[in-house]
Amino acid sequence: MSTAMLSTELDRTTRPLRRTGILARILRNPMGTASLIVLTLIVLAAILAPLITVNPPGRADIGMVNAPPFTDGYLLGGDNAGRDVLSRLVFGAQLTLLGALSTVIVSLLLGVTLGLIGGYYRGRFDAVAGWVCDLLLILPSKIVLVAMFAVIGPNTMLTMAVLGVMVAPSFYRLVRNLVIAVRKELYIDAAQVSGLSDARIIGRHVLFAVRAPIVVHTSMIAGLAIILQAGLEFLGLGDPDSPTWGGMLQDAFTSIYSDPLLMVWPGIAIGVTVGAFILLGNVVRDSFDAPAAVRPRRRAVAAGSDAVTAPEGSICHVSGLTIGYAQASGDDKVVVDGVGFDVQRGRVLGLVGESGSGKTQTSLAILGLLPKGGAVLGGGISFEGKDLLAPGAARALRGRRIAYIPQEPMSNLDPNFTIGHQLIEPLRAAKGLSRTEAREAASALLERVGIPDVERVLRSYPHQISGGMAQRVLIAGAVSCDPDLIIADEPTTALDVTVQAEILDLLRGLQRERGMSMVLVTHDFGVVADLCDDVVVMRDGRVIERGTAEEIFGDPQQEYTRTLLASTLDGTPARSVLDKKGAQS
Amino acid sequence: MLVFIARRLGGGLVLMLGISFIAFALVFAGGSHAAHSILGQDADAAAIAAKEAELGLDQPFIVQYGTWLLNALRGDFGHSWFNSEQVVDLIGTRLPVTLSIVTVSVLLTALVSVLLGMTAAIRGGWLDRAIQFVSVAGVALPNFWVAIVLVVIFAVTLGWLPATGYVPFGDSPSRWVASITLPVVALLFAGIASTAQQIRGATIDVLSRDFVRTLRARGLSERSVIGAHVLRAAAGPALTVLSLQFIGTIGGAVVIEKVFALPGLGLLGVNATIKGDMPVIMGVLIVTAVIVVLVNLVIDIVNGWINPKARLA
Repeated sequence: MSTAMLSTELDRTTRPLRRTGILARILRNPMGTASLIVLTLIVLAAILAPLITVNPPGRADIGMVNAPPFTDGYLLGGDNAGRDVLSRLVFGAQLTLLGALSTVIVSLLLGVTLGLIGGYYRGRFDAVAGWVCDLLLILPSKIVLVAMFAVIGPNTMLTMAVLGVMVAPSFYRLVRNLVIAVRKELYIDAAQVSGLSDARIIGRHVLFAVRAPIVVHTSMIAGLAIILQAGLEFLGLGDPDSPTWGGMLQDAFTSIYSDPLLMVWPGIAIGVTVGAFILLGNVVRDSFDAPAAVRPRRRAVAAGSDAVTAPEGSICHVSGLTIGYAQASGDDKVVVDGVGFDVQRGRVLGLVGESGSGKTQTSLAILGLLPKGGAVLGGGISFEGKDLLAPGAARALRGRRIAYIPQEPMSNLDPNFTIGHQLIEPLRAAKGLSRTEAREAASALLERVGIPDVERVLRSYPHQISGGMAQRVLIAGAVSCDPDLIIADEPTTALDVTVQAEILDLLRGLQRERGMSMVLVTHDFGVVADLCDDVVVMRDGRVIERGTAEEIFGDPQQEYTRTLLASTLDGTPARSVLDKKGAQS
Repeated sequence: MLVFIARRLGGGLVLMLGISFIAFALVFAGGSHAAHSILGQDADAAAIAAKEAELGLDQPFIVQYGTWLLNALRGDFGHSWFNSEQVVDLIGTRLPVTLSIVTVSVLLTALVSVLLGMTAAIRGGWLDRAIQFVSVAGVALPNFWVAIVLVVIFAVTLGWLPATGYVPFGDSPSRWVASITLPVVALLFAGIASTAQQIRGATIDVLSRDFVRTLRARGLSERSVIGAHVLRAAAGPALTVLSLQFIGTIGGAVVIEKVFALPGLGLLGVNATIKGDMPVIMGVLIVTAVIVVLVNLVIDIVNGWINPKARLA
């Protein structure tokens, strides 16, 4: 049940988060505020139990056995021994919350402390701790707690402390992974250089950076502890001397035929408390997870009229293209604003700009592959006079007439399939070839893109080949269907400098040989000079300059273009400076 | 692949050894009271000493553990301190009950969660929101409480299904199904609550990977992209979630067995722990751990088969 739940946040929150108040984030969300209020009320009720209850929880009144609600000051009636249900419920909160606290404190102390050390120093300590974690995680905690009753008896606090030890590994893993990520951040290096002690760095900087996932996980653990404790009490392994929610359920279960209502109240108490903890954790997690709600998108009207007015010689006509991303607030964040250009038949168009200038978004829009939440809000894209924004239009042309070469070769190959499969499958889908024909075609393509030992590569998985090789495979895949237009998104950025030149040569060769048109997205004027016939310079989602490559290099009109040119000519990679601004395009 | 399996098997054995040591240390830490609880509070010192000697409790801890381990390796887990039944026999009769409800519910959880989680991730909309809601409700409500509600509705009020008891499959398959239906549904509720959302998360994660976009750009049909590539990439995380779910369900079954008075492993453990019957407790712990280790092993192997990179680990 609940053990599996723990691994969600392990996966989802293993990255360091920005610095903003957690409480402020909780209160900004109505669900968060409600959960916090509910939990505060439950804690207050537990503390003030003797003051706010009418009858002592243990006093049995024969006259009140199974009394219905609203009988003589017994607001929720009496249980099967004639005790005040409401009073037992309120007092029951005490041990429930203390037990959860015991689990949380023990698991936090063990898991977080050791996780900080393990993640910061790694090495042998981390290896041993990791093994112990495996061991503890594999034991079903409820069965261990049942067994522990034989040893420690009905001692709720101690039992729940043992649970704390059992769940500490999940904290250890969470914190360790977070710390390993934070450890790579520059400010930790800076702190080390400035002579702060390790203890100080861990305590101040690292712990601060990982606090939000810890809060999320703590609320989950608290919920889990309450459920487990109630389960043990229900089994008769709880504290027989104090009223407990699980114990009340055990009593109610014995009179399930005579008074089924009795089991409703403790059920609600547990459900509301645990639910509040889980929702609180969800709110904190979501507030740190970037784009919250992605609304279903309406698509703006495509520019049908633009489609026909594409100028002579243009294979792909983009006009007034506007792309926006839905925000949680309901507004659109416009990332491409009124962009227009033409890709000429048989020519290479360079789409140049810094990261965040909208060049990748523009190229993905041509393919009809904008990420979730993104949509074309205005303008039009046409390919040989056909409206690409019409439903299904881009999909029908992808992999047949229009192809795509991505930036990062490794992440663009499916790690679970062989190279051969990934080349052959789309070939068969796009061109209707038989398996043997497709395999021969794939071999020929791999040879053409300069891959030695083709048979071995066809049988290999992506992790068995180099990045340069993977990019050749992706290029082979892109040209496999004899496309008329290739969209290449920074095809050499992720590669070694020596490999870059070879890949550019290959692209130029293929483009000339097949007379393809190409959109080459890049931030590097060196690449533009090498390959492009025409250039469009983009900045902040707009086109700021366009012309032939000679015009742009010979006589750049815009200051920005000159800066980009200068930074490339100086040999300084423009990207490293400019990357800091804006979102990844 | 064989090397991979052998290595995992070896790892599992070492893990079992570690678990058995920790379990033994925990369970027998309170061993000094054992003779007292067997003989009663009035027993005199001599009788207690004799009983301790008989049970081997006067030996040093490491000798006790060594003896237990050697016997256990031969399949002898000792006998109950209270009625001298063999632990192996006790467990042998209880195990099918627990395995019935746990296996069926985990398999159904897997099926339903994968369907719901993936559909929610791909389609979004109301199903997506429904899963978010169920995942909070299903985790917040204890499964035994859900079980009792089911009993009240389907056994007590409607009388459709038996409220208690277990019928072995061999005796009558239809009555076996009837006897495990409510327990399985109770476990299923919590299972789907925690796994469907995680499978949804894993699928969303895979859908945003670069290679999915590239496959679409290659003109592959949506059916191939989702059915072959996304499904396979999401299978790894999904299997991990399900293996954790299996551990959780074995624990959850303890209380469910109590609600439905099913003579399973969990109830055996609970009764033994109340009496202080250490050999039985130890046997239950070890058998549970062996099952969990075996299931993890199978899942690791399946994972290695699906994901070529995992074979390197």
